[in-house]
Amino acid sequence: MPEDVNLATYNADALTEDLSDAVPATPAAAPTDVPAAAQRVETQQDLSAEIKALGDAYANVLKDGAAPETQPRLDFAPYRSSILRHPTKSLHHADPETIELYSPAFGHQDVHALESDLTIQHNGEPQGERIIVAGRVLDGDGRPVAGQLVEIWQANSSGRYIHKRDQHPAPLDPNFTGVGRCITGPDGSYRFTTIKPGAYPWKNHLNAWRPAHIHFSLFGQEFTQRIVTQMYFPGDQLFPLDPIYQSIVDQDARDRLVANYDHDLTQPEWALGYNWDIVLTGSKRTWTENEALGAEGDDHE
Amino acid sequence: MSNSTKLVPTPGQTVGPFYGYALPYEKDRELLAPGSAGSIRLQGTVYDGAGHPIPDAILEIWQPDAEGNIVHRTGSLVRDGYTFTGFGRSSVGNSGVYTFTTVNPGPTEPGAAPFISVVIFARGLMNRLFTRVYLPENEEALAKDPLLSSLDPERRRTLIARRDADGGLTWDIRLQGEGETVFLDFEGTGTGGATK
Repeated sequence: MPEDVNLATYNADALTEDLSDAVPATPAAAPTDVPAAAQRVETQQDLSAEIKALGDAYANVLKDGAAPETQPRLDFAPYRSSILRHPTKSLHHADPETIELYSPAFGHQDVHALESDLTIQHNGEPQGERIIVAGRVLDGDGRPVAGQLVEIWQANSSGRYIHKRDQHPAPLDPNFTGVGRCITGPDGSYRFTTIKPGAYPWKNHLNAWRPAHIHFSLFGQEFTQRIVTQMYFPGDQLFPLDPIYQSIVDQDARDRLVANYDHDLTQPEWALGYNWDIVLTGSKRTWTENEALGAEGDDHE
Repeated sequence: MSNSTKLVPTPGQTVGPFYGYALPYEKDRELLAPGSAGSIRLQGTVYDGAGHPIPDAILEIWQPDAEGNIVHRTGSLVRDGYTFTGFGRSSVGNSGVYTFTTVNPGPTEPGAAPFISVVIFARGLMNRLFTRVYLPENEEALAKDPLLSSLDPERRRTLIARRDADGGLTWDIRLQGEGETVFLDFEGTGTGGATK
């Protein structure tokens, strides 16, 4: 049985995010053996109460001297899809060994320079607010992560992904795919030109909307630094309502996912600028200065 | 730079369901061409806590070559068909199955147990999970391995692949519940792990 039926979450048709094949097309097709109480549609108020209870409990342990949590909780029930997908055992501490102390090498043969501009991939201009998103990728010691792959993907300006299973009835943009890549420079810098993504509805509960966001995929100098995350935009009214953003229970940690509007990055009569720096985990390997020059073994090896 | 500059890592977030048009690329799961000398299939199924296959997970592997060398070659995203870079990416299909074409990793040091480093992303999974898959052969090396020897036998089994009749490897991942795969925390902070 698909998880979201088991958990009696909202199953309205034509909303996004639920990819379980066997989910009924309409609420009327829900299995009859689900208790009536479990079929109640959960509202934003229900979810917000759950989020608040978890946030209040965290505030209390923090007040009692607990260390701040810097990462999302894997076990965060308000994000319903996480319920059956979080490990129940503590992660096992391990010291990185051999292959884990290195990362795959990426070079300019892997990524074309034009892939960092998401607005020029088609025959015309995409719809929406053109933006520049730029920043640096650093390790836990503040050193630039040079020559590594940054991948992004996002919805278009009306909040729709080009993915065939995104059935949100907002227009597709024939001039916007929403995928970009680049390799970080010697100073760890990355830069994309794109379109500000729209907010969109999803099926976690009734009236669930994701804040606008851009997905980021990053590699460090070691495989243990690998991370996928999401960049958000400042001042979004949906932050308090979103179980994915709120799975990071610490406000300072949440703030690290929000880009800064940067007027120096904004270009006259062209695009608004957002700055967002990304910090990977600390490095365990003895690090050599020449790594700041980028991946070894690039085209010129 | 001095060690006094300690920055707090950026939090991870779920990969979501729609990476499918962004992260996959041509030959992403073929670390070398299928059928080429020394190639094997590494395959398995990703399960949730109810024992159901997950249709929207994506795995990456990173490994040494057959001689145990850690390679530093570019060309993982634009494969030339000849260069072994050690990196691969496979999204699971509707039945939760992933497949890689790769080589048996060699021991990076004499007597070491060879393993492949694995990272898992999925919708509903708030942050990536690291783990390892070991080759089933060489009991002596497996017994000496620092990670495996720190686990009780039942959990240890979750990190060791099964050798298939065709010479390939089968290794399933269980995110939760009975037979839950051992996932690794390299920072020792415990953050993001099971809480309550």
